[in-house]
Amino acid sequence: MAETPKPEELFQNIDHSLPDEPWEEIPPDLSEGRFCYPTKKKNLEYLDLPTTTQDEWSPADEEWPIPDNWKEIIHEGFKERLEKYRSLKIFMDVCVRCGACADKCHFFIGTGDPKNMPVLRAELLRSVYRNDFTTAGKILKKINGGRPLTKQVLKEWFSYFYQCTECRRCSVYCPYGIDTAEVTMMGRELLSLLGLNINWVLEPVANCFRTGNHLGIQPHAFKDMVDFFCDDIEEITGVRINPSFNRKGAEILFIVPSGDVFADPGTYTFMGYLLLFEQLGLDYTLSTYASEGGNFGLFTSSEVMKRLNAKMYAEARRLGVKWILGGECGHMWRVINQYMDTMNGPADFGEVPKSPITGTVFENAASTRMVHITEFTADLLRNNKLKLDPSRNDKHVVTYHDSCNPSRAMGLLDEPRYVLNSVCNHFYEMPENTIREQTFCCGSGSGLNTEEIMELRLLGGLPRANAVKHVHDTFGVNMLSCICAIDRAALPPLMDYWVPGVGVTGIHELVGNALVMEGEIERTMDLRFEPLNEETEEDADE
Amino acid sequence: MNAAYLYSLITVVLLGLIAYAGAEAAGLEVLFGVIIPYLALIVFLIGFANKILDWTKSPVPFRIPTTLGQQKSLPWIKQNKFDSPYTTGQVVIRMALEILLFRSLFKNLRTGFGKDGQKITYKWVVWLWLFALMFHYSFLVVVIRHLRFFAEPVPFFVTMIERVDGMLQIMLPNLFISGVVLLAGASLLLLRRVLLPKLVYISRPADYFPLFLIIGIAVTGLMMRYISKVDVIRVKELTMGLATFQPSIPEGSISGLFYVHLFFVSLLVAYIPFSKLMHMGGVFLSPTRNLANNSRAKRHVNPWNYPVKTHTYEEYEDDFRDKMKEAGLPVEKE
Repeated sequence: MAETPKPEELFQNIDHSLPDEPWEEIPPDLSEGRFCYPTKKKNLEYLDLPTTTQDEWSPADEEWPIPDNWKEIIHEGFKERLEKYRSLKIFMDVCVRCGACADKCHFFIGTGDPKNMPVLRAELLRSVYRNDFTTAGKILKKINGGRPLTKQVLKEWFSYFYQCTECRRCSVYCPYGIDTAEVTMMGRELLSLLGLNINWVLEPVANCFRTGNHLGIQPHAFKDMVDFFCDDIEEITGVRINPSFNRKGAEILFIVPSGDVFADPGTYTFMGYLLLFEQLGLDYTLSTYASEGGNFGLFTSSEVMKRLNAKMYAEARRLGVKWILGGECGHMWRVINQYMDTMNGPADFGEVPKSPITGTVFENAASTRMVHITEFTADLLRNNKLKLDPSRNDKHVVTYHDSCNPSRAMGLLDEPRYVLNSVCNHFYEMPENTIREQTFCCGSGSGLNTEEIMELRLLGGLPRANAVKHVHDTFGVNMLSCICAIDRAALPPLMDYWVPGVGVTGIHELVGNALVMEGEIERTMDLRFEPLNEETEEDADE
Repeated sequence: MNAAYLYSLITVVLLGLIAYAGAEAAGLEVLFGVIIPYLALIVFLIGFANKILDWTKSPVPFRIPTTLGQQKSLPWIKQNKFDSPYTTGQVVIRMALEILLFRSLFKNLRTGFGKDGQKITYKWVVWLWLFALMFHYSFLVVVIRHLRFFAEPVPFFVTMIERVDGMLQIMLPNLFISGVVLLAGASLLLLRRVLLPKLVYISRPADYFPLFLIIGIAVTGLMMRYISKVDVIRVKELTMGLATFQPSIPEGSISGLFYVHLFFVSLLVAYIPFSKLMHMGGVFLSPTRNLANNSRAKRHVNPWNYPVKTHTYEEYEDDFRDKMKEAGLPVEKE
């Protein structure tokens, strides 16, 4: 990977002037660092997905290892998807190119590349649609903005459909609600028909399929890791926790994004979940089989998404739980809210979720039987079921990053804020055009959280980081909270680069810190084994 | 790509000349006054219906609303009913606000870079919203006003709209505000497309052509009313003939300008089903806007849902049984 320039340099180099040539004539930049590595063949084979004709290859190669009848495959696949999705047809037909979306994409703001304008990103597909599937396009060709499918177009698709994090910010501003995420998803499905997937998506998919989680952690190791957190928790709080695994008859199945089990700072959030449930005496179990909420199938194809998601209901049925509680995860919740019940329902187990602590019935989750943990915790707080000492989070000046999927594909905005305001004393919002439904992506969603495109990710995450910098400079914000495991992985390098001094946390890490537990020792450390109050430590040093 | 709008402009001017010469000099009044309008209408009706049917033939397999506000969850959390609708009624209001008031365009922001080059700025801009609103509403009023030519007696609402539209009695004949606003709206939208670099870059002939056509319609219409004054009685004779399916070309000539106007209108109408102008139908069908955000509460059915290969728990346990037992995890089969 090329050396990343200094932040000021990178910022100054962003060029928003437009090229002289029309975009159709500009080949995609497939130099090192500008593309995601293609998947290893074994992952495709493991999932019985179409493969490339060669094992090792690079998108930079002149010739790509795809079958000779690739055009036919794409054409047929396109036709099939037009017949299956009204969204695709409408989005192909009704765009008037008004430009309202043009400067809304974080990748466009960060890179200045015109093909990162949502309108053009969709036009990459639309131009081929017009040429091949519409009467006017067949007659008028180029005049109507149509163009034939060529290998260069295919390479362009690979480049730009994997330069979209499917965050949907553009669709907020579109007068017809055209959702580029939907277009990108179809584009990726088409590429997938030729085996043109990226490894950072397909390897997690293969792992999730086999072991249940995206790093491929096997059941015994998964349990070991959780046990390890319990040791840490005991040291910090004096309370010993012994969570159960794969336990039949538990009331609630708790499913997390597995990132929270193996990567900091998500692990602290996981400890927060454990503390909370222990204090409540919740009758819950974890599953090693359905140990992943995050669904990288969403970034591959609808079918793969369904194959991975099926585990949640299957496990709930097998264990006989009443309902499922879900951890802080971004696209996991998009899949749950928009797809799960339709794909893998009806949820023929359990009952409408009801909090055993407050008695609140979650009517809004009556059919899926699945509640978001911030809904659950907000309800506890509202009903005064938790004893909190928010001053334990006093060293944190907190802001909140609305993770794209829960905000724009679910509408989960106030629940996390309610929790945050209860567990910490210093909370500041970022500027209004960068939060809630207008939130900016971390720049690494939809499977792009991969090292080889680090510079691209830093540029894509720039608008988010810039808003954090504003509250960092204005209010001294030093902690960025979020409810997404990809955020917890992607935001730390983004902050280190653009806004050094700002940490990243999940909401339930802060809950865990503030929670006063029965029988706990006097806490001196937070869940990161850092002193609760930095000033006190300095005082002690003096 | 600046040539793109020149091509479109030249095409529209040429088409206008053809109609003028055809009707005025070559005596093809029947072609331009009867045949082409009827053809255009047929093309429009069949094309429009076809497109809508084609869209509705494809299912909406998943519920994918873009939620632009707080979901309905706990009773004490205030739901944003219009941006994150939970019931069909709320969806209807969301759609009405979108279609009648162009609410999404109203939210438009312009992203910029601060002077120090270190801060990204967001500025609320309403121009696109304003121009679009001017354009669409004046067009609607103009169309309704024109019903006068196709109905006898003139319906009361047409007369009423005319009266409001002609409130500014500053000229003789009464100035209709709508005609001027239509010309202004279309021209401003065109200027945007010609002057803003980003818009120029994403625009194609198919974007300029309908704008020039509509400007042509507005200009010829205004000219007929305020400058060269066509014989309205004869025009109505012709249009009533069309409306009652007893077409005839009235005695004595109507100005060539009228045939240009009618030809432009015919072209526009016939062009709609094959172009981006179909957004007028599509906006009602957009799945990100016209669905309720309640798919966790109510089950939604995908008509083509099919079984897929999963990795079942049994297969999983077969893979890892020994390790699970060793770690003290419960297993189904010993």
